[in-house]
Amino acid sequence: MSSRTVLTSGDIDRAITRIAHEIVESNHGTKDLILLGIPTRGVLLAERIAKVIQRHYPEFDAANSVGRLDITMYRDDLGQNPTRAVTETTIPAAGIDKKVVVLIDDVLYSGRTIRAALDALNDLGRPSVVRLGVLVDRGHRELPIRADFVGKNLPTARDERINVQLTENDGETSVVIES
Amino acid sequence: MSLKHLLSAADLDRATAIEILDTAEEMAGVNSRDIKKLPTLRGKTVVNLFFEDSTRTRISFELAEKRLSADVINFAAKGSSVSKGESLKDTAQTLEAMGTDAVVIRHSASGAAQVLAHSGWINGAIINAGDGTHEHPTQALLDAFTMRRRIHGAASHGKGLDGIKVVIVGDILHSRVARSNLLLLNTLGAEVHMVAPPTLFPAFPQNWNATLHYDFDDALIKVQPDAVMMLRVQGERMNASYFPSEREYSRIWGLNADRLPLLRDDALIMHPGPMNRGLEISSVAADHKNSTVLEQVANGVSVRMAVMYHLLSGERTHTDV
Amino acid sequence: MSKILIQGATLPNGTVADIAIEGDKITAVGTGLSTDGASVIDAKGLVALPGLVDLHTHLREPGFEQSETILTGSQSAAAGGFTAVHAMANTLPVQDTAGVVEQVQRIGFEAGYVDVVPVGAVTVGLDGKQLAELGAMANSKARVRVFSDDGKCVHDPVLMRRALEYVKSFGGVIAQHAQEPRLTEGAQMNEGKVSAELGLTGWPSVAEESIIARDVLLAEHVGSRVHICHLSTAGSVEIVRWAKARGINVTAEVTPHHLLLTDELARSYDAVYKVNPPLRTQEDVIALRAALVDGTIDIIATDHAPHPAEAKDCEWQAAAFGMLGLEIAASVAQDVLIDSGASNWQRLAEVLSHNPARIGSLDEQGQEIAAGSIANITLIDPSVKREISTSHSKSSNNPYRGLTLPGAVVHTIYRGYPTLANGVLAEAGRN
Repeated sequence: MSSRTVLTSGDIDRAITRIAHEIVESNHGTKDLILLGIPTRGVLLAERIAKVIQRHYPEFDAANSVGRLDITMYRDDLGQNPTRAVTETTIPAAGIDKKVVVLIDDVLYSGRTIRAALDALNDLGRPSVVRLGVLVDRGHRELPIRADFVGKNLPTARDERINVQLTENDGETSVVIES
Repeated sequence: MSLKHLLSAADLDRATAIEILDTAEEMAGVNSRDIKKLPTLRGKTVVNLFFEDSTRTRISFELAEKRLSADVINFAAKGSSVSKGESLKDTAQTLEAMGTDAVVIRHSASGAAQVLAHSGWINGAIINAGDGTHEHPTQALLDAFTMRRRIHGAASHGKGLDGIKVVIVGDILHSRVARSNLLLLNTLGAEVHMVAPPTLFPAFPQNWNATLHYDFDDALIKVQPDAVMMLRVQGERMNASYFPSEREYSRIWGLNADRLPLLRDDALIMHPGPMNRGLEISSVAADHKNSTVLEQVANGVSVRMAVMYHLLSGERTHTDV
Repeated sequence: MSKILIQGATLPNGTVADIAIEGDKITAVGTGLSTDGASVIDAKGLVALPGLVDLHTHLREPGFEQSETILTGSQSAAAGGFTAVHAMANTLPVQDTAGVVEQVQRIGFEAGYVDVVPVGAVTVGLDGKQLAELGAMANSKARVRVFSDDGKCVHDPVLMRRALEYVKSFGGVIAQHAQEPRLTEGAQMNEGKVSAELGLTGWPSVAEESIIARDVLLAEHVGSRVHICHLSTAGSVEIVRWAKARGINVTAEVTPHHLLLTDELARSYDAVYKVNPPLRTQEDVIALRAALVDGTIDIIATDHAPHPAEAKDCEWQAAAFGMLGLEIAASVAQDVLIDSGASNWQRLAEVLSHNPARIGSLDEQGQEIAAGSIANITLIDPSVKREISTSHSKSSNNPYRGLTLPGAVVHTIYRGYPTLANGVLAEAGRN
């Protein structure tokens, strides 16, 4: 098995910064902005993005605008795998009704995780807008889903694995393709 | 560990029990929002097979199943083919022919759930909702969940009940709630004590990992429990000479007003319901701020949702547990 | 007359001999006997025992033919090496009159596989209230000598006293099913550590022991003899041992299942293990096995209790009590007495043939294998190991299924007629 690093720590920091600015730009500001990370690494990315937004736009209250959305219960492949553990869902106190919700995940692949996330959001409330930000888009969509904010487009072969590591979780920060 | 059935609290190792409690936390979250619904068990059929009357437990399971979007069938023994003499086997095979993914069974015979699970009559998951005087595992889970939440609050996730002292009081001999709690509390690291008149303990409790007491006051003073769990006592037991009268039982083993001061200020007062106010538990105790009776009921739905999820959502291989 | 020559069998005392049979009698036992005109059985390596006698069998006919009939029960008995069985009285109608016991004996005779000796009920309808016509049954063609309400206990002490006294007039014996009814209301399994975990109502040892203690004292007081059915506890053994030391005329039996199986098996809630008296603890099993060796227990009696599938294929509480036993009794005896090194084939012959015949007052069973005796002979191959599966009983409530037990009955000769040959049942009985 060979592996090559496609994003270094520095690359990832720059991508996160760019995504943060793009989110604020498309929203014409930080009003009603909520970031919901999809566990596990989506949550860490959402927190990093929120910190960047707050640094450049101090009116943004990062602590109360970031949450986590566990989508295990809404997956469409539950019956094909052993029972998965369910993790916490935490929504900011103000809720998601009429908010601009940006879903954050590390890798966009088939699109099924995001489809499940949209179903979960549907049962939680009614956002005014839902957008999607991902660190890596590796193609091979199985559903008509696209990301609004992309860190890097990485065309991959189906038998390749993308390994995203973030310091808080994995000790280092990098994106590696293994084949 | 992947569970095929939930027949006994002993089916759960520590990790699985904690996982179920953690999942129940998330389910409790669902149960407090506007849309109390998850699509997880969509298309699955669950039968509530209740050979014994029990409206509250059946409704609790029914709510849990419906909130997970399962299709629910309620089968009550009264007036059914069973009351006309149909056997457990035939009832089970009829249900299997109609296609069920899970059966929640409550039966008056100890071991009925196990017989159903290992008979080969039914392919789906079997959940024991109370079999005779043997076990009631989801009750033990909701009791543990209640204790954990009250004691550890927001920091409950991933925790057991290590070091927590629980005193269970009542008709231990005939109590499936006592047996399941005994097993699960030990699995979760709690210290279990039991109080009853000698006639209401089994004659040979040597395999039980608990300290047995006859004296309620003495137990409360010595143990200083984090939780006291009162069990329902049937007045009819008096007719089989288990105790002389309800009055004497209540005086010596009831959680009455005189006894309450022996409890710690923060000690939980628990009861699986339904309560005999004035017999095993006084109204003062039942309505006390530390009483968890009503939240036990609410927690029952969350816990049963978690159990259903763990048994039904993953792939099911047809190997015996 | 038909002739059989059994060649080279090992007798219970260890000598190897030929046994010559003509008609229904043994004509000679020796070496090098003539094979003229006889069908020869090569018994090299086989042990020859006097035909086995069961003092406690449930043949279920009349009344419960869905579980077993006198015919199928007899066939199962023959397959297990028995040449006589005592048919317990809890039939429907109950065997409490001369008419019913004569009917049972006649059906058994027509079946022709074993001597079917009816046991008479002690009380009318087994209700425990009024003595049945014990004298009429004793004087009937069935010549009943053993009386039992088995299934139920003769719990009224006055009734038990009267029964013990009454049977003295014709040399009968009361066989007591020792179970204090009030202490065992709703009981499902042995009261012990396992029942505490399983939530099944317990059957305490003291309910058996207290009745045995009472009855041996009663027997002493009135100068009668008493037989105790299916001893199941270490405490019961001690009481019988004490009674015998005191000179009380008491005999006791033990079932194969109580010599082998314990209450741990109930953990599966598989009702094949539900029996009355219940399976007990390992300590009890050890005490019973020792008692069979040292003579405190006189015989093995199967308490063969067939039940149809619907009575066992259900939750424990709803299931009937009882286990099959005719076709494994000899194997369990071999396990306890021979393979353990604890005793010998002579003792085995005592517990499975001589003693039960004596207790039942059967003149033509349990005799020495010698010239002049009736030709009731069982030939066992002790070297075989059998994995137990099917049986000839109509029912299949067999707790030994899947176990491997030593020894196999190869031939059974009943009054000179081979009911079992090379392990295969004869297609018809002798009569």
